[in-house]
This record gives sequence, structure tokens and C-alpha cells, in this order.
Amino acid sequence: MTAITRSDVEHLARLARLDLSEEELDHYAGQLDVILQSVARVSEVAADDIPPTSHPIPMENVFREDVARPGLDRDIVAAGAPAWEDDRFRVPRILDEE
Amino acid sequence: MSTVSTDHDTMKYDDVMAVFEPVIGLETHVELGTNSKMFCSCPTAFGAEPNTQVCPVCLGMPGSLPVVNRMAVESTIRMGLALNCSIAPWCRFARKNYFYPDMPKDYQISQYDEPLCFDGYLDVLVDTDDGPRLFRVEIERVHMEEDTGKLTHAGGATGRIHGADYSLVDYNRAGIPLIEIVTKPIAGTGALAPAVAKAYVTELRDLMRSLEVSDVRMEEGSLRCDVNVSLNRPGDEWGTRSETKNVNSLRSVERAVHSEIERQGALLESGGRVIQETRHFHEDTGRSTSGRSKEQAEDYRYFPEPDLVPVAASAEWIEELRGTLPELPSLKRARLQLEWGIGEHELATIVNAGALELVESAVAAGVTPDAARKWWTGELLRVANDREVELADLPVTSAQIRRVEALVADGSLNDKLARQVFDGIISGEGDVDDVIAGRGLAIVSDDSSLIAAIDEALAAQPDVADKIRGGKVQAAGAIVGAVMKATRGQADAAKVRALLLERLGVVE
Amino acid sequence: MAATASAMEGDLTRQNASVLARSIAEGEVSAEEVTQAHLDRIAGVDERVHAFLHVRGDDAIEAARAIDRKRAAGVELGPLAGVPLALKDVLTMKGVPTTCGSRVLEGWRPPYDSTVVERLKAADVVILGKTNMDEFAMGSSTEHSAYGPTRNPWDLERIPGGSGGGSAAALASFEAPLAIGSDTGGSIRQPAAVTGTVGVKPTYGGVSRYGLVALASSLDQAGPCARTVLDTALLHAAIAGHDPRDSTSIDASVPDVVGAARRGDVRGLRVGLVKELSGEGYQAGVSQRFDEAVRILEGLGAEVVEVSCPHFEYALGAYYLILPSEASSNLAKFDGMRYGLRAGDDGRHSVEEVMALTREAGFGAEVKRRIMIGTYALSSGYYDAYYGQAQKVRTLITRDFNAAFEKADVLVSPTAPTTAFKIGDKVDDPIAMYLNDIATIPVNLAGNAAMSLPIGLAPEDGLPVGLQIMAPPMADDRLYLVGSALESALLDTWGHLLIEEVPAL
Ligand SMILES: [Mg+2]
Ligand SMILES: [Zn+2]
Repeated sequence: MTAITRSDVEHLARLARLDLSEEELDHYAGQLDVILQSVARVSEVAADDIPPTSHPIPMENVFREDVARPGLDRDIVAAGAPAWEDDRFRVPRILDEE
Repeated sequence: MSTVSTDHDTMKYDDVMAVFEPVIGLETHVELGTNSKMFCSCPTAFGAEPNTQVCPVCLGMPGSLPVVNRMAVESTIRMGLALNCSIAPWCRFARKNYFYPDMPKDYQISQYDEPLCFDGYLDVLVDTDDGPRLFRVEIERVHMEEDTGKLTHAGGATGRIHGADYSLVDYNRAGIPLIEIVTKPIAGTGALAPAVAKAYVTELRDLMRSLEVSDVRMEEGSLRCDVNVSLNRPGDEWGTRSETKNVNSLRSVERAVHSEIERQGALLESGGRVIQETRHFHEDTGRSTSGRSKEQAEDYRYFPEPDLVPVAASAEWIEELRGTLPELPSLKRARLQLEWGIGEHELATIVNAGALELVESAVAAGVTPDAARKWWTGELLRVANDREVELADLPVTSAQIRRVEALVADGSLNDKLARQVFDGIISGEGDVDDVIAGRGLAIVSDDSSLIAAIDEALAAQPDVADKIRGGKVQAAGAIVGAVMKATRGQADAAKVRALLLERLGVVE
Repeated sequence: MAATASAMEGDLTRQNASVLARSIAEGEVSAEEVTQAHLDRIAGVDERVHAFLHVRGDDAIEAARAIDRKRAAGVELGPLAGVPLALKDVLTMKGVPTTCGSRVLEGWRPPYDSTVVERLKAADVVILGKTNMDEFAMGSSTEHSAYGPTRNPWDLERIPGGSGGGSAAALASFEAPLAIGSDTGGSIRQPAAVTGTVGVKPTYGGVSRYGLVALASSLDQAGPCARTVLDTALLHAAIAGHDPRDSTSIDASVPDVVGAARRGDVRGLRVGLVKELSGEGYQAGVSQRFDEAVRILEGLGAEVVEVSCPHFEYALGAYYLILPSEASSNLAKFDGMRYGLRAGDDGRHSVEEVMALTREAGFGAEVKRRIMIGTYALSSGYYDAYYGQAQKVRTLITRDFNAAFEKADVLVSPTAPTTAFKIGDKVDDPIAMYLNDIATIPVNLAGNAAMSLPIGLAPEDGLPVGLQIMAPPMADDRLYLVGSALESALLDTWGHLLIEEVPAL
């Protein structure tokens, strides 16, 4: 694995929506590298013919029936919101269009 | 009305087509018509008060967990079968990670490299100058995912996202099941690309309705398309494609492909280069503006959703679902063509007008196939186009068409008056008889008042009267015309003619 | 076979849950008195221990009174009715602050009960409050709580283990006889080991995760903690079982853990010593106590065999890819939009900036570190090399377990390589911290059930040592069969539970 650069860390921080300080960027660049090197050993044993396990206990087809039930009272939803206006969650202006 | 400036020049469509070939692709998202959401039991009713159909799961609250709606899976499989897809014997949900305030968990539960349905096709009929043509649109995949919340932009001048001071989020829509249908690249359409795109989406819509997996209310935004377009010179490799998002009506699908072809054509002809980017379509202008380029694209970091277990569709389950499929639109069209006794071209006209179901329901209500077709693909289609609405959204019922036809048949109305009746209905003047009464449209069928009008016309034009009496029957037209004028068109011309000849004692 | 309190008959807080439950049921003492005694104890010692982040006080008393009224009305109550419990702050309880040890959730009161809490309420258990933890369960020392560390009642200068250090310390300081923990890589078992208490990580899917704030969804499991094996079993039975709100919940009946704890018998049972989980890296006193415990099991009639799990050496690496990957996604929702902290919303910053400022201000260093690792491991071009490979290692570890369980009915190892270390010793050395979980992680990767129970004090430092018992999935009852037998033998030897040697606070 290639070493993690400071600009890699900046890119990751942007993806992860973390407003890291300059010191943090430097700090994590070093630490991530060490950690990833130490975990890179997993590639040594994981051969192509080994199936991945995403669930520890294999299960299939767990469904619920299509029956609607009332959700939460809006007052309760509003009470937990950082900002609320006109029965909706208020959020700051959006720059990125999705 | 638009404040958005387009950031591009265009070239005339036919000029572009003289030089380039288009390749298009469509990604269509449709909300399924389930009672409850994809991963929680919240109701899905449209138009509810904001944030009243939410719970810890669809608000993405810490600790909450998703559970898959069986009906949504079955609807997706049925749709896959109707699209001639293979159904995956085993597949998983995946998380698509990106931050956006309308997405409660900041990831969307979707499917990634293991879609539930894949490798299918849909045949669509497009009306051309040389008669109808059949195109096979190949389907790459059909998968399940969840919808996002709805944003309202506040402040600023336009109500648009740009320039807004802040936004408001209603999560009622968050978690409503979506089906995503992705085509393979569609090449070989030539100049028909916009028509093929529209025909494909129309066909998808009809298919969903006939399967009853969704009633596809376009005006409520329950069907959304992303349109990919690229151009290449004949013989060359396919060009770089753009992806136009936010294309939310049948008409817009056609317009979006059309305008993107014009834009790319101008760009390429002037020596420019198409960049791989996301563009945003604006319904008001029919044009798109540049969004995010792929260079700054998100990295969605997909991985299998650990909170859900795989979906394993057994052969028995698939066959059971196949058994519930209704008559599919393509077969239905062939049947109706026979039943209605019409040609392929007439049928293509009906289909392209998006009028198949309308004609069908009119016929079921007792209107003759000819009359139903005539009204829906003629006058009513013209009005819909004028008003820039979908045909099905016109407030005209089968019963009204039947009533108008009955009045025409018994001579109470003629075609011209009938058109005025529909104009009145669409303008909200009430039902057929209300409009007739309100506008005073009934044909003058009272013999004595017609005879009075005839006598008046004869007195005004004595020379013409003499000619007719002398056997020049073709001169009768002048008198008939005068009578029609006097009755403001509300007379049956044939009847006026007969009465006139009888009055003058002339036998044809 | 259950251990009973001896010396402190008069002090309600020194009693075990099963004893308290019986006393309450027989009307010797009211649930209110029991609850009040524990609230008093918390008031007296928690300033020094800091096991709790939130104490319910009046609400707990009210809940206890309601139980007393029910009993007076002749309503049949469950086996733990009226017994107080300390709840790890990672589980939601309607209207009660839930922070997960993080600033980002400060002030959040969930509008719903987790399934575990719902079942505790249904069992008439009295929930005293929420216990401290490493932020979002990331850590092995409870030093990574945004609200300050919890201290080990055995030595207040030392860590109580983590991430469930608050729950373990509450038990060891007699602030509660029962506690709930959650175990993603050892967060129930390692704190139990270093505080001389008992903790069980049930089979994955055995206890509902609904309302358990996710760290790594495919590894997380809530479980019971107590001071005796029987108490742990009673709590296990109260919270386990199928829940349709958790798709990964196992739809099968819960193994008879209480029956097994009451029976406590290892005769003819094959006990496997995992070769890879001993020797180098294990503190001498830990190894010594472990060897002694194995000999006791042998003396009780168990057949001790050695097994090898060659891929366990890769478990730590796989774990530190899978956990951060899933966590980076699970923790995305803490963006300041719908609940909890919002930072930088001054009308100038965009939503993107406010999200980033909120997360920067709301998360501690360890959480940010793991989010960064996980974001990297999942990012395009690296997924196959990291997350994909780690999932394969998971398969290999499961195969190791399967082979080992052909030869043995249960496997045993020391729970943690060392006894409790000093607060601050490893806080800046993530790798050293991660090594704490070396023996507990394989179980989470494979989804097995495991228990830690105290087996004595390490001679060199006088601190508790834990023994880990591992069973195949859905054979949780075997943990209790072995644990109870061993606990009884040790009780016979010592004349009391190990926990009674904890110094007075
Ligand atoms: Mg999609
Ligand atoms: Zn919901």
C-alpha cells in the first residue's frame, strides 16, 4: 500500500465532512499510515477463492408486511430538531446540488 | 419567466443530425405505490402535512434499523419480469454514502453490484413519417432503493436552491420505496432519439400502471428521469456523455434529449469538447444548466448494507409472481388493434399521444372506437399541447365523450359545436349539458324557425331562389350558407338543405 | 449453585440480583427501598468512580413504586422485578438523555425505547440511569468519553476497561447489581475482566439491536453484565429473543441460559484451549490464573484439549478495517441537521460547512481517526484491498471456529492480555490500545457467544483477571454451564466472590 499523504487526508476529511485543523491533518496522516500498514496483513491470507462474510450469521429474506402505522407526533420530532420552521427542519443554505 | 441563463449555444436539431449520431440512456426512478415505506411502517400518502409521516427509522435516528417491505420487493420482481429481466437468485442491499440534508442517514439504502433484476428489454413503438417503427430498448438493471426528503428553499428571489438563504426539509417522502430502471445505451435511433426516449418512458409508465405497482402520478413527482446523451460522427466511437437530471414529465424527456443534442452538436461543431458532467433540466426553459463535473464527483463508498440480510428469490416465488402479471401493454395493443379494427398507424398515433388508456376507457364507456380515437388524438390532444399539460390531466371523462357523441348522432350537435362543448368543459363551465345550456349551443332543429330563416334568405336573394326553382340545385349552397350564418352555425346544414328544396318544390 | 451474598446481609447494594429479586418478591424489602439504596450509593461514590452520565433519580423511584403497587395488587412479576440496573448510554430510552459518550448527541432525548429497554421495562427491572462509555463505543478504556473517564473501583488510578467501563464500574462499585453493555470487539468482556465482574456477549442476532446506537452493525451485540453468572443469565433471558424490528435478529427460541447457570456442570464437556490466545504478550499473572482455572475445570470433570485457530492472528487487522468502515457510514447521520449538536450555523456558513463544523466539534479524536480509516478503506480503488479482504478473513476465522468446535464444546482463553492499566498510559497509542481486544475480537467477527468471568487477582498487581469462554452461535447456554461450575468452585476455594475483595471506596 502506498503511504497516505496529507492531501489524501484532506480528501478523506472532505468526504467524511470533518473540518479538520492543520495539526489534525498532519497528525492523522501519520497515524492512518501506521494503522493501515498494520492491518494490511489481511491481504496475505485472503485468497481469491475465499468467499467474503458480510453477516456473521447467514440469514435470508427477512421482510415485513406492507402495513402502514402512524409514526411519531410532530411535536416530538420538532422538539429534538436543532432548528425548526414552518413544520419543517430548517437547514443552512445548500451549495452543492445533488 | 426564467431567471436561469443557459450557459451554451445551440445548433439546429436537423443540422446536428446531418453530422452526428446520438446515443442515449435513461435512468428512471419511480415511487412504488405501497401502503408503507420501504424500510419502516410509516404511511406514504401524498400531500400529508409536513413531517407527519415519519418515525425513528425514516428520520435516521440513532439506533433505528430498517426492515424490508415485502410488497416493494415483489413489485420490483414483477416489474423485472414484465421487462423480460433475469431475477437474481440472491442479492443484497448496499449503502450509498454521501452527505445531503434531505437524506436522513447521510447514506441511501440502494443496490449496487447485485441488482434484483437485470438484462431485460422493452419494445417501444414510435410513430414516424414512414409509419410506425419498433425499437427494442435493452434494460441493464432494475433495483430497489429509498426516496429522500423534500427540500423547500427559502429566501432569495427565485425559490431555487441557488441564492436561497436557507432550506426547509420535510421527511415525509424519505424512505418511500423507489424502483430504479436503467437502460443499456440506446444507439441507432438517429433523429428519433427524443421520440424513442419519450416512447420508452411512456411505455414504462403504462407498464407500471397495468402491473399496479405504481399509479405514476407525474404531477406529484413520482417518476423522475435522468437522461444520458452523447454524440458521435458515424463510424466513430461513442462520444462523452452528459447526464441531465431532474427530468420529470414525458414532455420533458423528449425536450431534454432534443436540447442536449442541440447543445452538444453546437459544442462539437465549434471544435469544443463535451465534458462528463451532471446537468440540471429546467422545466420552464426546456434547457439545462451545468451541475457538478465528474472530476469533482462524490465517491459513494458502496458496501453491503449490514443492517439487512440478502434477498433470495426462489424459483417458486418468482413463478408465483409471474402468475400475477396482467396482460402486458404490448400484447394488449395487439389485441386492441384487432378489436377496434384500426391499422398499425392509427394505433401508433394513439400510443404516441399517450391516449391508449383514455381511448380504452371511452370505448368501455360505450363510445365507438373511431369516435374515441378521433377526440383523444385530435381536438383534445391539441388542447393539451396548447395548455402544456399531459393528455390524461385534461378534466374530460369518458361519460362526457359518450354524451357528446350521442348528441351528435341525434343531430343535436355538430362537430363544430361539439368542440365548443369540450372547450367549455375544460374551461370549467360544467358538464356537457351545462355547457350547451350556458353557451346556448343546441342545434336549431325546430322546423318552423328554420323555415322562417329560409324564407328570409330566399327573400333577400330572389335571383338565387329563381335559379334553384329553375333546377340549378347547386345554387342551394348560397341559401344554406345564409341560414347557417343566421343561426350562428347552430343548425344542421343537411336538414336546412332538405327543407329548402322541399319549400321550393324541387326534387333532386 | 448460585452465589449468595454473605458478609453484608444488611446492605442492599451488596446483594446479588437474584437475592434482591427474591427478597422483593417475598415482601422482605420493597423495590423502592432497593432502588433508594442504590441511588444513595451512587450519590456517595460516583463522584469518584464516574460510572454514570445520567442518573434518573425520581423517575427510577417512581418506576420502583409502580412495581411495588403491582406486586401489592397481586400481579405476577418476572424473576428480576424491582431489581435496579445500569444502562450503557448506547441504548435509547424514551425521554432519557442518550449521548453515547459524545458531545455530538449532548442533550438528545430519543423519542423511542430500544427493544432491550422495552424488555427491561416489561420485566419490571428498574433502570437507574445511563453509564459512561468510550465515545460511540470506540475504545478499551472509557478514557475516550467526551464526559471524562470512568475509574476502576479496584484502583481509581486505573481504567475500568472499555468501551463499557461505566457499566462494569457500576457493578464493581456496588452502584447497581445488573448492567447492560454492548460488545463490538470486547466491550462487555474486557471491562468485566478488569473489574472482576461477569459479562456476556450473546450470539450475534440473539439480542435485538433495535435502539442500540450502531458502531459496527455486523459486529455489535448488546448483552448482560452482573456480578454473578446466575444474575447474568437472568438478565440474558430477560433481554434476548427474536425482534421483528431487527432484520438480523435470530428467529429461534433463546437457549436455556438460566437453567444452565443453575446446573453448572462441566462433566464430560470438552474444553478447548486456543493455542493462539496465550503465551507471548500475556501478562504473567494473567497466564498463571488462567492455567489454574483450566486445571479447576479439569478437576471438575471437563476434558481439556488444545485447539489451533491459525487465522486468529489476522483478526485484529480485519477488525480494524471492518469496524471503521461500517462506523464511518453509521456515524454519518451525526451531521447536525435533525438532532443533537449543530455548530457554525451563523447564517453565513453553508450546510456543507455546518455539517463539517458540527462533526469536527462534536466528535473526539478517536472517533475522527476511525471515521478517517473507514472512509479510506471504503473509498473507490481501496474497497477490495481493505474491506473486501477483511470480509474474507472473517470467513477464515469462522472456519477456524468451526474446526475448533468439532474438537471442543467450548473454547477458553484469557479475556484480556493484561490487567487494568493506568489511566493515560495508552491513550495516545492507538495500536497498543487495540491490542487489548486481541482475544475478544475473533468472536465478534464470527458472531459467536462468549463470556468473561473473574478467576482471581494477578499476583504481581492484585488486579482482577478474567477468563473468556467461547461457544458456537446459539449455544449461549454452554457459557453458563461452564461459567457457573467454575464460579462455584472458586467460591468454594475463596469462601466469597472475588468482587467482595474490591477495596472500600
Ligand atoms: Mg438511484
Ligand atoms: Zn418511518
